[in-house]
Amino acid sequence: MSKILIRNAVKRYGDHTVIPNLNLEIKDGELFTLLGPSGCGKTTLLRMIAGFNSIEGGEIYFNDTRINDMDPSRRNIGMVFQNYAIFPHLTVGDNVAFGLKNRKLEKEKIQVLTKQYLELMQIAEYAARMPNQLSGGQQQRIALARALVISPDVLLMDEPLSNLDAKLRLEMRSVIRHTQKSVGITTVYVTHDQEEAMAISDTIAVMDAGIIQHVGTPKDIYQRPKNLFVANFIGRTNIVPARIEQNTLVFPSGYRIKLEQLKQIEDQEVQCSIRPEEFVISKQGDEGIHGIVKEYSYLGLNTHYAVETQGSRMVEIVEESSLEDELKPGQKVLLQVKKDKINIFNQEGSRNLIRSEARER
Amino acid sequence: MKGNRRFHLDIWGLVTLGIVGFYLLFLLYPMTSLLRQSIYDPLTGQFTMENFIRFFSRSYYFDTLLNSFKVSLTATFLSIIIGTPLAYLFAAYKIRGKALLNVLIVISSMSAPFIGAYSWILLLGRSGVITVFFRNLGINLPDIYGFGGIVLVMSLQLFPLVFLYVKGALANIDNSLLEAANNLGCSGVKCFFKVVIPLITPTLLAAGLLVFMRSFADFGTPMLIGEGYRTFPVVLYSEFINEVKGNDGFAAAIAIIAIIITTIVFLVQKYISNKHAFELNALHPMEEKEPKKVRKIFVHSYSYLVVAIGVLPQVYVTYTSFKKTSGKIFIPGYSLSSYETAFSKLGKSIQNTLVIPMLALVVIIIIAVLIAYLVVRRRNTLTNTVDILSMIPYIVPGTVLGIALLTAFNKKPLLLSGTMLIMVIALVIRRLPYTIRSSVAILQQIPMSIEEAARSLGASKFKAFTHVTVPMMAAGIISGAILSWIMMISELSTAVILYTGRTKTLTVAIFTEVLRGNYGVAAALSTILTTLTVISLLLFNKINAGKEISL
Repeated sequence: MSKILIRNAVKRYGDHTVIPNLNLEIKDGELFTLLGPSGCGKTTLLRMIAGFNSIEGGEIYFNDTRINDMDPSRRNIGMVFQNYAIFPHLTVGDNVAFGLKNRKLEKEKIQVLTKQYLELMQIAEYAARMPNQLSGGQQQRIALARALVISPDVLLMDEPLSNLDAKLRLEMRSVIRHTQKSVGITTVYVTHDQEEAMAISDTIAVMDAGIIQHVGTPKDIYQRPKNLFVANFIGRTNIVPARIEQNTLVFPSGYRIKLEQLKQIEDQEVQCSIRPEEFVISKQGDEGIHGIVKEYSYLGLNTHYAVETQGSRMVEIVEESSLEDELKPGQKVLLQVKKDKINIFNQEGSRNLIRSEARER
Repeated sequence: MKGNRRFHLDIWGLVTLGIVGFYLLFLLYPMTSLLRQSIYDPLTGQFTMENFIRFFSRSYYFDTLLNSFKVSLTATFLSIIIGTPLAYLFAAYKIRGKALLNVLIVISSMSAPFIGAYSWILLLGRSGVITVFFRNLGINLPDIYGFGGIVLVMSLQLFPLVFLYVKGALANIDNSLLEAANNLGCSGVKCFFKVVIPLITPTLLAAGLLVFMRSFADFGTPMLIGEGYRTFPVVLYSEFINEVKGNDGFAAAIAIIAIIITTIVFLVQKYISNKHAFELNALHPMEEKEPKKVRKIFVHSYSYLVVAIGVLPQVYVTYTSFKKTSGKIFIPGYSLSSYETAFSKLGKSIQNTLVIPMLALVVIIIIAVLIAYLVVRRRNTLTNTVDILSMIPYIVPGTVLGIALLTAFNKKPLLLSGTMLIMVIALVIRRLPYTIRSSVAILQQIPMSIEEAARSLGASKFKAFTHVTVPMMAAGIISGAILSWIMMISELSTAVILYTGRTKTLTVAIFTEVLRGNYGVAAALSTILTTLTVISLLLFNKINAGKEISL
């Protein structure tokens, strides 16, 4: 068991800097997810922790041990790869025993441990088979057993579910979550799938362009994203320009909302992130943003609307489906917002004015 | 993503240095020796261009260059003309006995070219069976010797290479491409020229280069069937072998010219094929259709005719090996006397043909796997150098390499001439590029993460390589090795320069027996060689279980 500390980590390929200066603390026993669009540096960072990428600056610690220059084979990590990297020339059992044999354990001990972890992953019956006879989900289980059997300090997982079909992905998601909790191992998990990240993680770090944008619980990053990038990347949202005038949010259409959280914020142009479910549609009234329904799609539980507001700006709105008829294209509507839920960013989108730490600054 | 591309002196760094050393000693040093010999006057020790001037100023020599070009280009052109349609028919239509035809084509491509030459002399030469048959009918067939004969033998020898290449490319054309063409109103012959040919152009260029290089470097065929029509390798050989002193420098100059020419051809081909490069990958390959009526007759007669002519020399040589001989002349009746003579006089050469290539093969596999690993997984400036060095022999004709090695290693402390070692080294150097290419292709299929998994599980760099990577490469390497083996047992042009009485191989023995006119013994030896080839091919098919041959 280890906590992981990353201080001022730098990754460069030649003149190209992929990770400029990265700091992270990963707590003992938690499932920590690196989430970001492809090319954001999340896999690069994972491979720096694993030791397959060199570190051009800063330090990485497992507990108090600096591991920068330690050979991958000595870091005592378990790793699960995107393509599982099962050795095709070894049986399922030999795959799982591979790491134990490298550690020169006694034969009986190897057998006992191998059996234990094959059983943990419910693949004991395939021990003598060759891996290519097994399905993707089963190969995934081998990869997990193989990584866990060596009692690693840290488990690293690089998009482990991306090669599975949708149904298996859900199943393996809970297998991973369950196994991680029962073994209690510090885990760093890389994915570009935000739903997967939300479902599985204790803590999520959203990355972009080699920089950590937001570290928080799934709830925190969804409800109070630290910046506009995170708001856009996690879930769906509408970005609507507005102004702050004396603690009041003023939309271009004249719609005004008084917000407690804006008390100490000076007047400025802002960008509001309003998620589709944070709008309330009404047909009449005099308060709200004016709009015209352009399209709708009925999806059972919810109904989605595309509404054109002032300046041809389109917003996306989700409402729980009701028994009444849907709003038809051409229908004029007024849009109000659920004011406790929306987020307001400065003009650059770099700060969330609603978050408490923003007010403290 | 690759790690940092710097050179590290770890275990792989040492391997890299070792391999660089190997190439410096056995490739670059011989080549520079050759170059030095070509531009230094041995009497005065001065720099001289005399040898080059002599070559280009006398049409006696210079014409051989033009001859070689004519022969090689014509043979390349004909090989493509014959091989491409055949491959297309094989891919597009159901043909009876296709499996057998396939095997026969591969066999005819694997035999030593000069055996074909000598067999065609037996068939169409001055007193060849076919010539005599038609002469008795009062018809005089055209002369086989010279340009026509060389081109005939080379085309028939090399069209199978085009066939195999194109067949591989056609398997990568998705049927939907052809269906789309049909759907847009392009079908049949028009579709073949407008869609199929452009799609396989990169392959045709690659096959064309290989055929050109082989025919340009082929020494045995023009030697036997060329008579007055002298090509480049022949004049190179005869100048070098010539007992009269003072010709070594001139031979070296010719060798240098040969390398320059093949390099230019190689670069031109690379330039053209880079412009035409694209990737094909078929989800649903072409389907074989049942040809109808007239087309069926055409498809079958073309396929059978081409294959029959292709294997005819082999078959006829095998037949003559069982004929009774009296001295050097075949007489009516059958016997095994040719074999008796072959085994009693030349048993040693059979042994050499097994031992020398076998030793070479072991070295080749080890070096090729190491180089492939360095090139794919440890890219840095030095491994790039290794990559380029290892490809040089691809453009060096066999005869030239033989001369270079002999020039470099004929005096102490590096006295290797006349030993078995020098024969082994020559084979290793010549065959390595091919094995490296195939090993690289295999290794690129193996994801890096497999090795990283092993490393993360506590295996050292080298253990990950020997316990995980090598076992995964094994099947591909073995099948590649068998093909190398077949190429090596039928190798002539280097061996004929380097052999001595003790290290004579089968091909050299056949060659010398043919030159002496001992056609019976030569036929018996050829048959033994063919048998060895066929056995090796069967082994290849067994190991490779249905997969295609790629050269």
